[in-house]
Amino acid sequence: MSTPTPPQPPARPRLGVFKLASCDGCQLTLLDCEDELLGIAAELDIAHFLEASGDIAPGPYDLVLVEGSVSTPEHLERIRRIRADARHLVTIGACATAGGVQALRNYADVEGYLAAVYARPAYIETLATSTPVSAHVPVDFELRGCPIDRGQLVEVITAFLAGRKPAIANHSVCFSCKRRGNVCVTVAQGTPCLGPVTHAGCGALCPTYGRGCYGCFGPAGTTNLPALVPLMQRDGMGEEDIARFLHTFNVTAFTAVEEQAQPGTADAEGPG
Amino acid sequence: MSEPTPPARELRIPSLARVEGETALHLRIRHGTVTEARLSIYEPPRFFEAFLRGRAHTEPPDLTSRICGICPVAYQMSACRAIEDACGVVVDGQLAALRRLLYCGEWIESQTLHIHMLHAPDFLGEDDVIGLSRSHLEHVRRGLRLKQTGNAVVELLGGRAIHPVNVRLGGFHRAPTRAELRPLEERLRTALDDAWDTVRWVAGFEFPDAECDADLLALAEPGTYAIESGVPTVLPYAATPPPYGFPLRDFTDHVAEEQVPHSTALHSRLDGRRHLTGSLARWAVSGHLLSPLALEAARAAGLGDPPSRAGTGRGEACRNPYRSILVRAVEVLYAVEEALRIIAEYERPARPYTEVPPRAGTGHGATEAPRGLLYHRYALDGGGRVTGARIVPPTAQNQGAIEEDLRRLVQAGLDRGEGSEAELTRLCERAVRNHDPCISCSAHFLELDIQRTH
Repeated sequence: MSTPTPPQPPARPRLGVFKLASCDGCQLTLLDCEDELLGIAAELDIAHFLEASGDIAPGPYDLVLVEGSVSTPEHLERIRRIRADARHLVTIGACATAGGVQALRNYADVEGYLAAVYARPAYIETLATSTPVSAHVPVDFELRGCPIDRGQLVEVITAFLAGRKPAIANHSVCFSCKRRGNVCVTVAQGTPCLGPVTHAGCGALCPTYGRGCYGCFGPAGTTNLPALVPLMQRDGMGEEDIARFLHTFNVTAFTAVEEQAQPGTADAEGPG
Repeated sequence: MSEPTPPARELRIPSLARVEGETALHLRIRHGTVTEARLSIYEPPRFFEAFLRGRAHTEPPDLTSRICGICPVAYQMSACRAIEDACGVVVDGQLAALRRLLYCGEWIESQTLHIHMLHAPDFLGEDDVIGLSRSHLEHVRRGLRLKQTGNAVVELLGGRAIHPVNVRLGGFHRAPTRAELRPLEERLRTALDDAWDTVRWVAGFEFPDAECDADLLALAEPGTYAIESGVPTVLPYAATPPPYGFPLRDFTDHVAEEQVPHSTALHSRLDGRRHLTGSLARWAVSGHLLSPLALEAARAAGLGDPPSRAGTGRGEACRNPYRSILVRAVEVLYAVEEALRIIAEYERPARPYTEVPPRAGTGHGATEAPRGLLYHRYALDGGGRVTGARIVPPTAQNQGAIEEDLRRLVQAGLDRGEGSEAELTRLCERAVRNHDPCISCSAHFLELDIQRTH
């Protein structure tokens, strides 16, 4: 996090958990910390966490976790209010960090989408895009994943409490896969896999279960996407298949990396 | 009338806590009579049904799991069944058993989450699970342990508890060995005791009188408590029509969704009537197919006997939404037992999946999500591209019944003299949580605040 050890920490830092457009899975990850949950509750004053408690206290909050993407006019207002109330703002998950799966609308005709889902689309208030929180307000740290990883969430909270930067590796899924001792699904089976360009955090789950990584943690800090494309083509994917493969759970993030990943800039830092 | 009309009183609860997703309540009270109870869902539209079009037939299980972080397995299972149906493939044998095992894991963790973290605090006067852990630490610890066991089942079979990665059309990417499942057995045996203790614990809660006058809709499967498959079956509230079922392919002819002016959500009606899916409906439709142990627990918890399909006149449905926590606890016990049974009988299949080659057609799939019947329909072209998708989640179906339930409970509260805003707020929040709504499930719920003028 941005500030080093605070000089006089308050009795218990106040935590706020907020949600925009999302599935609730990343907030649920906090409730899934069964072994750590009561410990976290002892260290932090959970001042705002609607999914878990009706006991809501107003801000400011020392640490705010935001789940979900900005997808309605009301969200634009809400995310500014949340930021104003937050000493540290951490986005949790692919929606808050990259717009989420609902950012697929960014490439489509939203009017057409509305008409497909609703009989009377004029009732619906929505933005034509689903965007990450960082497109609207400053973000102190972005935690990736669809959903986020429990261990990484505990690390972010622990680091906050200790006043240090979270130790979240920025490397690709391939590193985790090797560490796990997996046989490479692309090399051995010709299975298309986004592991080489995807941010670590899941523990290389998909290759461990015999399938290719589908990129739910978004782009790794350093990637060379153009180098992966011929491999995917070799393994039978057409241009359209590759586009769909990349544009699913972190639509905007991989797009951004593709744009950056020109020769000579392959080591550009990903957002966050 | 000679007296001036007092202004209508309005109560708004801007954000409802301890439910999954975001929703608000709006009540209108005139002359001590509730004239309107509205559940306003401000979960934004996410357009799943729209962006699924054009995707490959292999993709909906992963994509639709993102509708809900609390019941992703339900989405994966309903999507798989619908697409397999379109492609004329039936998954059976050990692969079907593994799917049921995965689903049992989700039932255990999701129902336990609702019981301990969302619902129980209402009965014990606590704001949340943290407060509950101060007054009832042993019970919270047991709940966390049970939930962890459910998560462990989903994690082993699916890779992770939220948005599992190992599910695919036709089965799994990788089927576990018997040895890999063995460590689960020990945990599940402990969970069996924990689940029994949970039933005993919730049976001691105080249940206000209430009755939901909705039809009950759940899947029915011969010989087993329906979870991952079955035929939609209705137990009507009124004496007529008698209980009936209908083919899944006719689902949207019976359960019709409409956009209504007084609510932001798409409302469903079952053959023109209000209906409820979920634990109470499952108990009513399939309760007699629970295991002897689960039935014994249900009787000990005061649920009595479930309605008997044999027409012996024994048993009855439970229509008190407060008591849904009892049925959930019994279902957790059953799911633990089922998981143990499936593991004991497990033989690793020769292949982890059955091929599902695409073909043009329309397929239907429904399974019992922890919160109720979840229906998917997909139309595919000859190349396996999705040309149309329809998803009817349980909360969308339940909303009409929940609103009616709210109206009646608030009216009863007012009649008892509980008129303060704090009292009514508490009453409403409890009433909604009784039904365990899953708002983000409602992929096509939307926000709208139109005042009703009639």
